[in-house]
Amino acid sequence: MRFINSQPHNKIAEVIEASTTQFAAQCYELYGLPPLGSLVKTGDIYGIVAEAKTESLEPGRKPIARGKDETSEEAVYESSPQLLKLLRSEFTAVVVGHKDGEKLCQYLPPRPAHIHNFIYLCQPDEVEEFSKSLDFLNILTGAPLPVSAEELIAAVLRRMSLAHEDSRAFLVAAGKELAALFSSDFIALKNILGRLQ
Amino acid sequence: MNDRLGIVVAASLEKGVEVRLDSQVSVEDMVVGRYVTIEGRKHRFLGMITDVSLGVTDERLKISPPDAADPFIAEVLTGTSTFGQIHVFPRLTISGVEEPQTVKTIPAHFSAVKLTSEEDMELVFGPEDPQRFNIGNPLDMELKLCLNLEEFVKRSNGIFGKSGTGKTFLTRILLIGMLQKSKAVNLIFDMHNEYGWQGTSESGPPVKALKQLFPASVAVCTLDEENSRRRGVSTDFVVKIGYDEIEPEDIAILRSTLNLTDLAVEATYQLRRRFGKSWIQNTLDTEDPDEVKQLLEESKIHESTLQSLKRGLGTIRRLPFIEPHAPVDAVKNILDHLDRGMNVVLEFGRYRDITAYVLVANMLARRIYSQYQSRMEKAMAEGSAAPNPLVITIEEAHKFLNPEVASQTIFGTIAREMRKYNVSLLVIDQRPSGIESEVMSQMGTKITCLLDNERDIDSVLAGVSGKSELKSVLSRLAPKQQALIFGHAVPMPVAFQPVAYDTKFYSSLTGSKRTAAGEQAEKDIEELWE
Repeated sequence: MRFINSQPHNKIAEVIEASTTQFAAQCYELYGLPPLGSLVKTGDIYGIVAEAKTESLEPGRKPIARGKDETSEEAVYESSPQLLKLLRSEFTAVVVGHKDGEKLCQYLPPRPAHIHNFIYLCQPDEVEEFSKSLDFLNILTGAPLPVSAEELIAAVLRRMSLAHEDSRAFLVAAGKELAALFSSDFIALKNILGRLQ
Repeated sequence: MNDRLGIVVAASLEKGVEVRLDSQVSVEDMVVGRYVTIEGRKHRFLGMITDVSLGVTDERLKISPPDAADPFIAEVLTGTSTFGQIHVFPRLTISGVEEPQTVKTIPAHFSAVKLTSEEDMELVFGPEDPQRFNIGNPLDMELKLCLNLEEFVKRSNGIFGKSGTGKTFLTRILLIGMLQKSKAVNLIFDMHNEYGWQGTSESGPPVKALKQLFPASVAVCTLDEENSRRRGVSTDFVVKIGYDEIEPEDIAILRSTLNLTDLAVEATYQLRRRFGKSWIQNTLDTEDPDEVKQLLEESKIHESTLQSLKRGLGTIRRLPFIEPHAPVDAVKNILDHLDRGMNVVLEFGRYRDITAYVLVANMLARRIYSQYQSRMEKAMAEGSAAPNPLVITIEEAHKFLNPEVASQTIFGTIAREMRKYNVSLLVIDQRPSGIESEVMSQMGTKITCLLDNERDIDSVLAGVSGKSELKSVLSRLAPKQQALIFGHAVPMPVAFQPVAYDTKFYSSLTGSKRTAAGEQAEKDIEELWE
C-alpha cells in the first residue's frame, strides 16, 4: 500500500467513500466544510466540492432541538459538548482531473481514491494552475450531480476567478467555453452567466 | 495570424463557402464585394464576399435575447453563441508558382480565411506594364487594379450602369487606356459630345477629353460644324452624308423610330431596285399623281405604305447633315485616319436625336466594317499586314442591338462575329435588358456600374458563374464611382473604384513628357481665361 498524502497544508477531511467519478469525505472538524465549488485534492486526484451536509453520526438517531433555554447558538454547543462528537460534516466532490506525474490531466483518473486518503483544500496558486485549462467544465456538465449543474458551474467559476489576477478575463474565457458546451441550450447558459458576477 | 477573419465551416463548389468569423472580427467590417484568401491545405483560394449574416447556435436566443447592455454577457456571447458569418464565392486557386487557375475544388474544413493581400491581388491582375492599364482600385484597397487591354480589345465589351453612375467617365478612362496600351484604334460615335473635346462633370468644372489629352493621336470630326465651332472644338473634318449613301438596311433599323410599317420597310428594297443609288431622292421627288400611280402599280406598293415611307424619309431629309450628294467621302476620310493609327471621335453636335444617331452610326459602321472585311480577307489570302484592330464605341446601344433590329444592324453582326475581321464593339448602355441576349452573351468583358432594375441586372449577369452572388454585389455598388468588372479580360470579377478623372490623372498620362515650361504655359493660359 502506498501512502501518497504528504502535503504541507493542513488536511481538512478524509475519504470515506470513493468511486471513479466522485468521492465522499468526512471533515475532521464539525462544520469544517470547504465552500461549494472549491477545488480539493486527494492524492493525485482533483475534485470539485459539489454537495455538503452535516448530520447525526448514527443514521437512525436524529438530532433534537436543544436551544430553547439558551441565549445563543454557541451556548447550545457549550452546554452539550458531546454534540461535537455526535454530529459530523460530510461533503461530496466530483472528480475533475488528476495528475499523471507532472502532467495535469483534466479527465477521469485510471483508479479512484483510496478510503482514508487525506483531503486538502487547494491553495490559490494551485487553483490558478489548474484553471488554466477549462476542459474540466465538460466533466461537470456531463456528471451526475447532487446539485444542479448550472448552480455548481457558476459556483466553481466564481471561486476560481478569485485566484486569477484578471478575474474578468478568466470569466469571459470560461463563459466562451460554456457557450460552446451549451451551444444548444441557451437558457442554461444564460442562467450560469447570470450567476457569474 | 493576426489578420485571420475566421474559418471555413461548410462549402460546396456550387453554392460557395461558409465562413464563421472569429469573435474579435466585427461583422460590420465585412463588405460585400471584397476579396478574401482561404488558406487550403494545398491551394490558396481567392473568393469574393457575397453575403454577410448573423448566426446563433440556439434558436431560443432569438426568442429571449440576453441583456445586451451587460458588457460581460455581450463579450461572452460574441463569437460563441452569436457569431458572424460570411459567404464567399471562390473564383481562383493559386498553388505555388503556377498561374492562378479557375476554381475546380473547394477548401478543406476549418481552413483559415483572411483578407486578400495586395500581393495576391497583384499576382492575379498583374502589375502596371505596357499592356496593363490602371483602371482604379479594388474596393477598400490601395492596390492598382490593372486591366490587360490587349486582351480587352480582343472581344466586344460592354459598359453598363444607370444614368449618372459614371459610365461616361469610365468609358473615357478605358478609351485612354486603349489609346495608350493597345494597338487598337477607336471609332467613337459620340452622341453627347463628351469624348472628343471637353466633357461635363456633375460636380466642378468641365473635364478634358481625348483630343485635349492626346492631340497627336485623336481626330475629332463633327456632323455639326457650327456647334463644334461654338464650343471651341478644334475639329479635323466635317462629316456630311449623302442620300445616295443610305441603303434600305439603314431605314430598316429606324423602323420604330420613324414609325414605319413593315410594308414600308419592305418597299424600300423595291424602290432601291427601281431607282438605284438615288432612290431616296427619287422617291421623295415623285409627287406628280400620275407618276405616283405608275410607281405604285409597277412596284406593287400600296399608297398608304408609300405615304408612310415618304413621311419617314422626309424626317431623314430634314436632318441638316444630309445632303443630296456628300462632297467628301466620310468613310474614306475616317478610314484614312484609322489607318494612320489615329482614333476618331464623331461628334453629333446638336443632332442628338436618336434617328440621327442610329442612322449615321449604323451607316458609317457598316461601310467601314465591309472595308475591314475585304481588307482582312485580302490580308489572309496574300499574307499581307492586317488593318489596325478597330474598336467601335456606341452609346444607347439598345437602340442598335435590341432583339427586333439586332439581326439587321451591322453592330449585331460585329458583336456576333467577334474578332474575325479585326473589328469589335465597345457598347455603352443604361438598359442592358434591351439588348438581344445573344449579343450580350458574346461580349467578352463587361463593366457595370450600379443597376437597380431586376431585368437589367439579370441580362448583364446572364451566363456568369455565381450569378446570384454577383447580383448581390452589383445591386449594392455605390451610386457613383464604383463598378464591377468581369469577363474575358479579368481573371476574376472584381468590384472597384475607377481612378479619379482629374488633373492628377491627366498628368499621370502625359507623365514625363511634360516639361515645367509647358505646365507654366498652361497655367498662364488658364489664368488668362479666369
